[in-house]
Amino acid sequence: MTIRNFTRREFLRDTAATGGAAAIAGSGGKAWAVPAAADPPVPTQHRVTIRLNGTERALQLDPRTSLLDALREQLYLTGTKKGCDMGACGACTVLLDGKRVNACLVLAARLDGREVKTIEGLADGDQLHPLQAAFIEHDGFQCGYCTPGQIMSAAGLLNEGRPLDEHSIREWMSGNICRCGAYPNIVSAIRQASGRA
Amino acid sequence: MNALPEPAIPETVHRAIAHDSADKHVRGAALYVDDIPEPRDLLHAAIGWSSRAHARILSLDLAAVAAAPGVVAVLAARDLTASNDIGPVLPGDPVFADGLVEYHGQSIFAVAADCVGAARRAARLARVEYQDLPAVLTIEQALADESYILPTRILRRGDAAAALAGASRRLKGRFGVGGQDHFYLEGQVAMAVPGEDGDMLIHSSTQHPTEVQHLVAKVLGLPDHAVVTEVRRMGGGFGGKETQAAIVACVAALLARRTGRPVKLRLDRDDDMILTGKRHDFLIDYDVGFGADGRIAGVEFMLASRCGMSPDLSASINDRAMFHADNCYFLQNVTIVSHRCKTHTVSNTAFRGFGGPQGMMAIEYVMDEIARDLGLDPLEVRKANFYGTTERNVTPYGMTVEDNIIPALVAELEASSDYAARRAAVDEFNRTSPWLKKGLALTPVKFGISFTAKHLNQAGALVHVYTDGSIQLNHGGTEMGQGLFVKVAQVVAEELGVALDRVKLTATSTAKVPNTSPTAASSGADLNGKAAQAAARTIRERLADLAAARFGVPADAITFRDGQVSGGGQVIAFPDLVKAAYFARIQLSATGFYTTPRLDWNEATHQGRPFFYFAYGASVSEVAIDVLTGETKILRVDILHDCGRSLNPAIDLGQVEGGFVQGMGWLTTEELAWDAAGRLTTHAPSTYKIPTASDVPRDFRVALYRGDNREDAIYRSKAVGEPPLMLGISVFHALKDAVAAAAGPVRFDAPATPERVLLAIEANR
Ligand code: FES
Ligand code: FES
Repeated sequence: MTIRNFTRREFLRDTAATGGAAAIAGSGGKAWAVPAAADPPVPTQHRVTIRLNGTERALQLDPRTSLLDALREQLYLTGTKKGCDMGACGACTVLLDGKRVNACLVLAARLDGREVKTIEGLADGDQLHPLQAAFIEHDGFQCGYCTPGQIMSAAGLLNEGRPLDEHSIREWMSGNICRCGAYPNIVSAIRQASGRA
Repeated sequence: MNALPEPAIPETVHRAIAHDSADKHVRGAALYVDDIPEPRDLLHAAIGWSSRAHARILSLDLAAVAAAPGVVAVLAARDLTASNDIGPVLPGDPVFADGLVEYHGQSIFAVAADCVGAARRAARLARVEYQDLPAVLTIEQALADESYILPTRILRRGDAAAALAGASRRLKGRFGVGGQDHFYLEGQVAMAVPGEDGDMLIHSSTQHPTEVQHLVAKVLGLPDHAVVTEVRRMGGGFGGKETQAAIVACVAALLARRTGRPVKLRLDRDDDMILTGKRHDFLIDYDVGFGADGRIAGVEFMLASRCGMSPDLSASINDRAMFHADNCYFLQNVTIVSHRCKTHTVSNTAFRGFGGPQGMMAIEYVMDEIARDLGLDPLEVRKANFYGTTERNVTPYGMTVEDNIIPALVAELEASSDYAARRAAVDEFNRTSPWLKKGLALTPVKFGISFTAKHLNQAGALVHVYTDGSIQLNHGGTEMGQGLFVKVAQVVAEELGVALDRVKLTATSTAKVPNTSPTAASSGADLNGKAAQAAARTIRERLADLAAARFGVPADAITFRDGQVSGGGQVIAFPDLVKAAYFARIQLSATGFYTTPRLDWNEATHQGRPFFYFAYGASVSEVAIDVLTGETKILRVDILHDCGRSLNPAIDLGQVEGGFVQGMGWLTTEELAWDAAGRLTTHAPSTYKIPTASDVPRDFRVALYRGDNREDAIYRSKAVGEPPLMLGISVFHALKDAVAAAAGPVRFDAPATPERVLLAIEANR
């Protein structure tokens, strides 16, 4: 899954501000190194307007805010899940201009004028998207926590217009972890929907 | 009123029905704890943790933390007035380290701030002065130092030493089995909301709401009745939210108490992996004597596990490991020594299988070694040792195996998977292929169902029928994706003869059903299904009495079916009967309670019947390895698994497939590594490899075994949460088979990563 434009990691490297784990002064080792004690200066707020699930939404943001946090905490769309917050699980997958991205790696402040689709915007009212219907039909989940990300990733995959068979679906979906191991059903659901789409 | 035919088959149980939250899941509308709309004055918490594996804390200066922007409160051990210990069974798990840290990552203090970022940044500003102490970081070191967290237990039957001395063949060896991080996709999270009179409401992602309630009450110095724990669903648990949810809830509650404001604590993924316990890794020694047919004459095991810095649930977990070191095999003369090692690493905890998988690995490894020694197919050796049905059928702990279906189940799988022909094909392939080798293995599973802590085998449920005929159901079990809620709802719908959508499931709450057991040990549906059935039957009997009086027939002539109640050729719609009952002043609410029968277990002697019944299964895995790189590939897996008469085959198939995938991950790619300072170096999905869609066998054939549970479990079904995890053991043994084809017999540790495969092959070059 490629991330277009400017990523959160690049941005954070530039500003030397990290979110991340709590460590303690005096700890050694790279992974637990303690950053400078002083807080970075609070950045000015950015204003952006995105097109979210078909509606213009104006946002005022700390420029460090990921798209994932903007969705969950400012727009109250909690369907997009946070599994790792480091781009490694796919639970936060959304469509950005029709392409799948990990929302935890995208800075919301960079998205002015862009189009974002989340799981909440996939169905047409009561009418489920074929992928959603297929996930139900094939029991493509257990705990459901990866499901929004799986479905949005699959929606992005279908948009990519590749020839898809069972093997290639597995490969192209391998950025979305399902810890419950519902993979066989997830793959069947996508297969079915890809035939219909 | 019309006469109704009597349908002979059940309406809602034994049917493949989708998960109750299916529609919400695909819409992103299912609420997990972090999705609950936040109270307006919510604070966010972060934990500050130890950077040393074992050290005295000489001083703890939190001034900079408290002064950081956005910080509202800071708490450490010195601020706790009621209790600082949240050990689930035995003490030893402080909320905050008090003068001594015993693992890298141990909680020392917590901070509440206006936003998550402020709390996490502030948590890095503490000044901690440590005095390092010697740390025990490995099982080998713990064994050498006799560093044990709990007394060593020994399970003995017959005279293993004499049998070993007299056996025609004898093998000894050692191997290791790795741990496993739960990596529930939803990390640990809790939100504490203070109420009046000091009461506390805890939204917790926990498998054990009652324990969270008790421990929060304990650290706050409140009676249990002042704390309510609620959980609608978890984004996965796998045992990792049985005891490990408590510290998160307690920290949130303590900060909420301190500030008078709601507090949410959601562990960052790295913190979650560093701070919370995992599956125990084991070091296993074996000494086995056997005959030319492969039948074991005597065996001695030493099972040593890494328990970490506190007892947590390690007593029961290691007991279960001992009780599964027989798996499906009769061991006439056996000694199992179980060392529960104390290490200065995170306290290991429940994980799907609860020690059983590690015990099973011990005997399966031995079966494989015997076969290699004798030049036999490992399956033949396994079969030669299977439990019998009328003799050779008593486990080392004295329980008679009454429900042995393993020979039949394995025979069926052997045929359906075409084992014999594929065995020959694999051997033939290996004769002619120098750089690629294939491996094939069939391993069985027998898993004991019930908590070994007997008192936990109880459950309660609460069923309300409202005057419109709709039903609300609550029970003590928690939903973590395993489909417990839909199964229990199926039971209630079946008992009252109504459509499933008339039954509404509500969040698990300690205010509705008290004193519950954890949703663990695969027992959720068995216990809560029976409790809910009892509640529904109480209401049904009351309604049947009323209908019988109206119809002028005996109560046992009344049936509940298709939303209608009938008897003596007369019919009334269920809601109409309910309404009539209300006006007749009949109680339309009932509790139900269940205790598992037939358990008779002496914990002190390790003898008796710890399990109500056994769940069985078997799997065949075929793999290929690249001898030059260690790369591995799973070519095909066939599974036949016993769910009794499945309550819901769609849910159960998912459990079987998912359990297998998780077991496969445990034994192949999921490797936990600590550095020399006791720091976990695999604390993110970037370094800890969880199976993805592309790791699932391309050819994956899964079937459920046909057959009822011979015990009176709910609708003759069997528990399914944990047993399928152990189906993954066949992947490990297929890899071992391939390695043996390349390099001959060699020590082979789990997880069988490509690196391990390569090293094992190199070792014999
Ligand atoms: S939360 Fe974004 S990839 Fe895991
Ligand atoms: S359904 Fe639980 S993580 Fe996929």
